Amino acid sequence: MKGLASLLSRDIRLALRLGGGGGIGVAFFVLAVVLIPLGVGREATTLARIAGGVIWIAALLAALLSLDRIFQADFEDGSLDQLMLAPLALEQVVLAKSIAHWLTTGLPVTIIAPVLGAMLQLPGSALPALAAGMAFGTPALSLIGAVGAAITVGVRRGGLLLSILVLPLYIPTLIFGARAVEQSLLDLSPWPSLGLVAALTLFSAALTPFAAAAALRINLR
Amino acid sequence: MTTEASAPLQLERLACRRAGRLVFGDLSFRIEAGQAAALRGPNGVGKSTLLRQLAGLIPVAGGDARLGDVSLAADRQGFQERVAYAGHLDAVKPALGIGENLAVWAGIHGTDPARAGAALARFGLDGIAARPAGQCSAGQKRRLGLARLLVMDRPLWLLDEPTVSLDAESTALVADLVREHVEAGGIALIATHVELGLGDIPVLRMTPPRVEARAEDDPFLAGAW
Repeated sequence: MKGLASLLSRDIRLALRLGGGGGIGVAFFVLAVVLIPLGVGREATTLARIAGGVIWIAALLAALLSLDRIFQADFEDGSLDQLMLAPLALEQVVLAKSIAHWLTTGLPVTIIAPVLGAMLQLPGSALPALAAGMAFGTPALSLIGAVGAAITVGVRRGGLLLSILVLPLYIPTLIFGARAVEQSLLDLSPWPSLGLVAALTLFSAALTPFAAAAALRINLR
Repeated sequence: MTTEASAPLQLERLACRRAGRLVFGDLSFRIEAGQAAALRGPNGVGKSTLLRQLAGLIPVAGGDARLGDVSLAADRQGFQERVAYAGHLDAVKPALGIGENLAVWAGIHGTDPARAGAALARFGLDGIAARPAGQCSAGQKRRLGLARLLVMDRPLWLLDEPTVSLDAESTALVADLVREHVEAGGIALIATHVELGLGDIPVLRMTPPRVEARAEDDPFLAGAW
């Protein structure tokens, strides 16, 4: 456990330092959402209707933007070889790295999302559903993304391939996350959708560490 | 460590294939506990591949390597837990400090942080421990990479050209560390082109495999005609 804590704190420090890219994903998220009113106009009813979907799509893209840092740098500088020899199971390593990715992208995005929702004229009654959906759903983005990052780890400029592999897998989280916001706009209970978002995260947490570890073992050969 | 360290390393007809190509096919060698061995051969013969295979990073295509009664082919995880590997890449993070880099690995391996400090001092890096590793010279990075060996309690050391970009003084230090390691009952297998000054140590000399067309491997010879 102590070994995993060391790895987790290392990855968080690396993400937050210069060139680590931790802030980039969050800045991208904010900018992408801020651009929407400039494109579709500032009419409150239009903005409120699309706000949930727009914020969710921006969150997917922000997660995608920073996925390659989960394994790529460690692969290139030999750290991944050393992690294979460490007294940690590779599945644990993958899980620790996914958590570090979530703490430096998913968590800040979750915190900012209600503010951006209010900016897009989303009524206050729908903001809790947006925040809860982000909190339950963004861990799945990091977990699923880790599989894509592990598959493309040896590929030079694999970012585009990574997007094509990972984005389709984000679809269920996007649908139910955005639906929770929509349902609370219509005065329906968002909980069925939120429950499904949380289920997707739990399902990912159970499966993706094994898939990503298997992909890494093959890529390190 | 002492009980594990007293086991010899034995390669038994070890084979390696990469992308279908035979890198080496029939490698047998024995290193006793408390012994260092040199790994020699021309460029491209597969020295690094052999070391990576012994580190469990490349699957065994045939034969086996045994460290005492732990088999690489049957129990890769168990074998890996007895191996320390220093390859071409130093696994140094430029954004972290020198001391921070080593402390992370000491933490991952669950060793006492004080030993990371001692390892830095041993490699003459304690004076610059707070400096970001991105500002290090190639030789300092290599020393930092090798210092990791001292925070991992592993009986088998696999060193791939450990003296590249090191000065004469640091090269002698590496030789000293290897000598101390084997005196404590450890094993070291070192691929190197320079004379480390370890005296008369056994040499595993690799030669390119003779390409033999074997009927069972080759579809053109196995009835495809």
